[in-house]
Formats: sequence, C-alpha cells, structure tokens
Amino acid sequence: MSKVIVVTSGKGGVGKTTTTAALGAALAAAGQNVVVVDFDVGLRNLDLVMGAERRVVYDLINVVQGAAKLPQALIRDKRIDTLSLLPASQTRDKDALTEEGVGRVIQELRAKFDWVICDSPAGIERGATLAMRFVDEAIIVTNPEVSSVRDSDRIIGLLDSKTEKAEKGERIEKHILITRYDAARAARGEMLNIADVLDILSLPLLGIIPESEEVLRASNLGSPVTLNDVTSAPARAYTDAARRLKGHDVPMTIPSDRKGFLDKLFGRRAA
Amino acid sequence: MSLMNLFRRRGSAPVARERLQILLSHERSSRGQPDLLTILRDEILEVVAKHVNVERDQVRVTMDRGDNVSMLEIDVEVPHAAGTLAAVG
Repeated sequence: MSKVIVVTSGKGGVGKTTTTAALGAALAAAGQNVVVVDFDVGLRNLDLVMGAERRVVYDLINVVQGAAKLPQALIRDKRIDTLSLLPASQTRDKDALTEEGVGRVIQELRAKFDWVICDSPAGIERGATLAMRFVDEAIIVTNPEVSSVRDSDRIIGLLDSKTEKAEKGERIEKHILITRYDAARAARGEMLNIADVLDILSLPLLGIIPESEEVLRASNLGSPVTLNDVTSAPARAYTDAARRLKGHDVPMTIPSDRKGFLDKLFGRRAA
Repeated sequence: MSLMNLFRRRGSAPVARERLQILLSHERSSRGQPDLLTILRDEILEVVAKHVNVERDQVRVTMDRGDNVSMLEIDVEVPHAAGTLAAVG
C-alpha cells in the first residue's frame, strides 16, 4: 500500500523542502522505497538540498508532457538506494503542469514506491493546489509565529475542499509539524508554544523540530538533515516524526543539541 | 500590579495567540464566500452614487472586523449646491 503525502504550509521559508528531504531520507534509511517530488516549478530547490543538483537531466514537466519516461527522470540517491528524487523544472512555465498529467505521474509513482512525498511550492496558487490534489495525507509545516499559523489555517481549508479525496467526501489525514521551535523562548512566553499552535489549528502533531544550526549546515552540504549528522537534535526529531508517519507510537519529545561547558565557553568550532 | 510582574517581563506570545484566535474565527466563517462587510461597502456606495455625485475622496470608509461584532462606517459628504442630484433612471 503506497502513500502519497504533500508537505505544505502556505507561507514560504518555513521548512517544507528541508522537511521533505529529511523525512524522505529517514523513511528510506528505514528500508522503505521513497520518492520525493519537487512541485516548485521555476524555483526548484529540493535537488540542491538533496545534493543532486548536478545530476538533473529530465524533470516533472518533461514527464507530465511525455517528453521523458518516468524512469529517465528519477534520480537515485547516492547514499541510500531506496531513495529517489523527481526534480521540478527550472523554466517558469507553470501552466505546463496539467491536472491530468500530474494525476498520471502520481499514479505511476504509486506503483513503484511505498512513499511519494510531494514538496509543495509556497502560496495557494496552481502549483500548490496541484501538489496536494491527489494525496492521501498532508504534513502542514508551521513555525510558531502568527503569519505562519494563519497561512497554515488557510492551507488546511484548501486541503479540505480542493483535493480529490475531499471532493469525493473522503478525509485527508493531516498532521502538523512544528519547525524552528525554541523551547526556551516559548517557556518565557516570547514564542507561541506547542499547545497554542495545536489548539488554534486543531490537528494532531507529527513532530517538533527545534531551531538548530544543523539545518543550515546540512543544506550547505547538500545532505538531508537526517543523514548529515544522525545524532543532531533536528535529525532525531525528524527521524521520530518519520517513525510516527509509519504508524509507530513514539513519545513526543523536543530533542536539543547537547552543548557541553567547553562548547559554550569557546563557541562551536567550525566543522 | 503585583511585585512579580515587575520582575517577570510578560511575553508577547499570549497576545499572538489571542490575535490569531480572533482573526481565524473570522476567516474560517467567511471562507469561500465573499466578505459581507465588503459587499455592504460596495453596494451602499453604489446606491449613494446613484443619487448623489460624490467624489471618491469625499467618502471615508472604515472597517473594523471584530470577534463578535464588526463595524462598517461610511462617511459621505453631500454638497448642498444645486445640480448635485444625479439622474435617477
């Protein structure tokens, strides 16, 4: 039984691409067959975050238009061979994505993979609605900040009305993933806390990803967070979230980067 | 004010939470349908324009969307000079 998931948020810059790469890699590392699909036509970045930017030959639009076969466009990850990437096109022709074409590609991916994870573009335009159109589940990436929470609410409304499942009267399983969380600031009342966000959005929590320097470090290196340093706080948080996606009951914790006394004293040395 | 408040700087998160709750309760109820306040504003101005020649800059419209009650204020300056009546079809 394969699952198609969209990673979405409405607002840009909250961590959709980081999340897609991290969860995809974590699921694949656990032996699952995974494809991550970049829907951000014109502004593709999943290839870069996955470290595959120099291996892109064909893209989603080529496949949708029939100019390339799906196996030609899929890029197999060099670290984990059960992980593949379907990149977006870098040309700005958003209308090249048709609903029928996307539906056909998703259907084809379902047959090949256990997990199809769609990285949605920001906004609520065509690219975003097509990315969510054929999914079974959605991960709404939210920062504990007012504009992100508002946009998440808007996207939840679209998931409940504009997806194929919603139109058939079926329910899409939706999860909140809170990223860039700073537990200390939330404790001081300077940042919305987990309960605030969940209370406002009324959806179950998939995971809490702490604010961490490791996220930038991993993207600099072109490595999903969950592969770059598996002991880092965000890697552990994403790995737990991936296990919850698979249906495991994992206690909800907020991992933190352990900093020893000497680290604090001298600052962290560059890797 | 208690002594504690002097030492404990109140965080801004409760304000964020409250603002979001008010805003989203409004946005959810009006999702998919045109905003009532906007319709009222447009139709009222249309009716006024039908009877009076009013300059756009002589109309002040303010809207305040609240949790339970919203406020729409339309302030139209109607000149007394003759000939201000527009043709009534």
